[in-house]
Amino acid sequence: MSGDGMGLWRRLRGLVCTLVALYLIAPLAIVVIISFSAASFLQFPPPGLSLRWYVNLFDDPGWTNSLTVSVQVLVPSATLATLLGTAAALALVRGRIPGAQFVGALLMLPIIVPAIITAAALFGVYRGLGLNGTLTGLIIGHVVITVPYVVATVGSGLRTMDPRLEDAASTLGAPPLATFRRVTLPLLLPAILSGLLFAAVASFDELIVSLFVSTARVRPVAVQMWSNVRGDVDPTIAAIASLCFAFAFLALLAEGMLRRRTGTEGP
Amino acid sequence: MTQPVLELSGIRKSYGNHVAVETVDLSLDPEEFVTFLGPSGSGKTTTLMMVAGLQQPDAGTIRLGGAPIEGQPPYRRDIGMVFQHYALFPHMSVRKNVAFPLEMRGVAKAEIMRQVGEALELVGLGDYGHRLPRELSGGQQQRVALARAMVYRPALLLMDEPLGALDKKLREQMQREIKRVSRERRISVLYVTHDQEEALTMSDRIAVFNRGRIEQIGTPSELYERPATRFVADFLGDTNFFPGTVIGCAGETCHVEVLGRPVEAMATVPVAAGTAVVVAVRPERIRLVPAADGLPGRLVEVIYLGAARRSVIRLADGADYFALQPAGEATGPAPDTPVALAWDRRHATVFTR
Repeated sequence: MSGDGMGLWRRLRGLVCTLVALYLIAPLAIVVIISFSAASFLQFPPPGLSLRWYVNLFDDPGWTNSLTVSVQVLVPSATLATLLGTAAALALVRGRIPGAQFVGALLMLPIIVPAIITAAALFGVYRGLGLNGTLTGLIIGHVVITVPYVVATVGSGLRTMDPRLEDAASTLGAPPLATFRRVTLPLLLPAILSGLLFAAVASFDELIVSLFVSTARVRPVAVQMWSNVRGDVDPTIAAIASLCFAFAFLALLAEGMLRRRTGTEGP
Repeated sequence: MTQPVLELSGIRKSYGNHVAVETVDLSLDPEEFVTFLGPSGSGKTTTLMMVAGLQQPDAGTIRLGGAPIEGQPPYRRDIGMVFQHYALFPHMSVRKNVAFPLEMRGVAKAEIMRQVGEALELVGLGDYGHRLPRELSGGQQQRVALARAMVYRPALLLMDEPLGALDKKLREQMQREIKRVSRERRISVLYVTHDQEEALTMSDRIAVFNRGRIEQIGTPSELYERPATRFVADFLGDTNFFPGTVIGCAGETCHVEVLGRPVEAMATVPVAAGTAVVVAVRPERIRLVPAADGLPGRLVEVIYLGAARRSVIRLADGADYFALQPAGEATGPAPDTPVALAWDRRHATVFTR
């Protein structure tokens, strides 16, 4: 009797999970399918298959320029965010800082408050500094937005690491810098790389801050997509969306593998 | 007189309102094995951490080989430490773990190789150099931690409940191992445990901790035979406490009235007549005698322990007391018969209640 109940429950659970997965994946799947469409309009199901929109994507200077800008922003901003976020996490978790929790909460704010507030604030500050429409401006903005991901990932990695290991290194004669280099850093590396990947994905996908501080000449992919969907829509947008999806998916896959190797938690 | 390896004087440590270590004074001789024994929260680990430099004392001085070290960070103190859960570096091989302190001291590569090999040989892990810590058993990890903490021949080795995570059989084996290794390397050891058996078997001297103080420090037999306080008598081994009132003392010998009968016991400090006291007697020091010759009671049961028999005797106050006889001795009175308890006064100690 109870066995039947369990079986029913299990089937129901399987059904619910499948439905939720479909609900989440279906839009992505449709976009990916349309990106290979032969038609000139966004149309589903596509009448035929082709790679013309991918070719178009890499032929159109509007898109290639924006891809270049995205990479030019992503690489330095993710690197900077990782350096700053790791340093912040170390100070917050290991340092004896009064009000560490308060400082930690402040650092997390950029992903808690609506992005438009951060964006408007940056826009206002940049106007005085002449940073609007510059790569530097975009990079600084993206660092602000992506640091919380690194702080969260590296912070949780540090919290799962036994502080006795650092104590042991110290009693064995290692000064703080040697302890960090030989013990803390190698053990924390998976969490740091994972933070780097999160920061890179967040920077690539970031729209609102970019929208405020970019111009037609310096325009990352997310902004280019935004203006594209508001104007003449053709399946090129589906092609770039599929590429974004592939990038994020690969990054998450890599992150998952890192985490499995070390047992640290993501944000 | 030789220079003590370690001297602690007036060490004190509190966290907010909580006093973890009230005052600790201690001197450790070269090659001496001293154990901190006490219940959890008695300040023994905190004291050890202050010697290691991982905690800072609020007051007092710590001298290592005569030089004050309380301002120095752990990495400048020449001390080895074995942690409770070993704290081996999980990303380094056994060999790398043991080489770490030598690398930090700038020892030449060939010399590191030689000393690491020697240290691993010493703990019986010569063939395990290339393994990672997680590929070793708990006992083996413990040996690696031991090798790592003494490969650089520190003046002093600290061990914080190093065998707590091991099962009983392995623990006894490791106890002998630690003793052997520390003797071979002629190293002084400060050892923390809450296991009294471990303390009794391993130590040259035991410091019994209670509420942030050392209650008594002495050789295992001193502590066991002549406990200075009721706490020590109670914490170390089994003890019967007979409630009574002092009739009078002559020197160290006191006459005490216990349950209406006069008995004799030793007092370590003078006690005035009329003081309410307990008389502490170890079970193995108690003799079962005919009813007229001691404290009368009733034999409730006899428990067979293999190597010994434990008799449970209920006295007039309704409480149960214990006597222990070696298994070889002739069987005593049968259960549920009247018996009396007697002891030699040298084996009975008076403590004020």
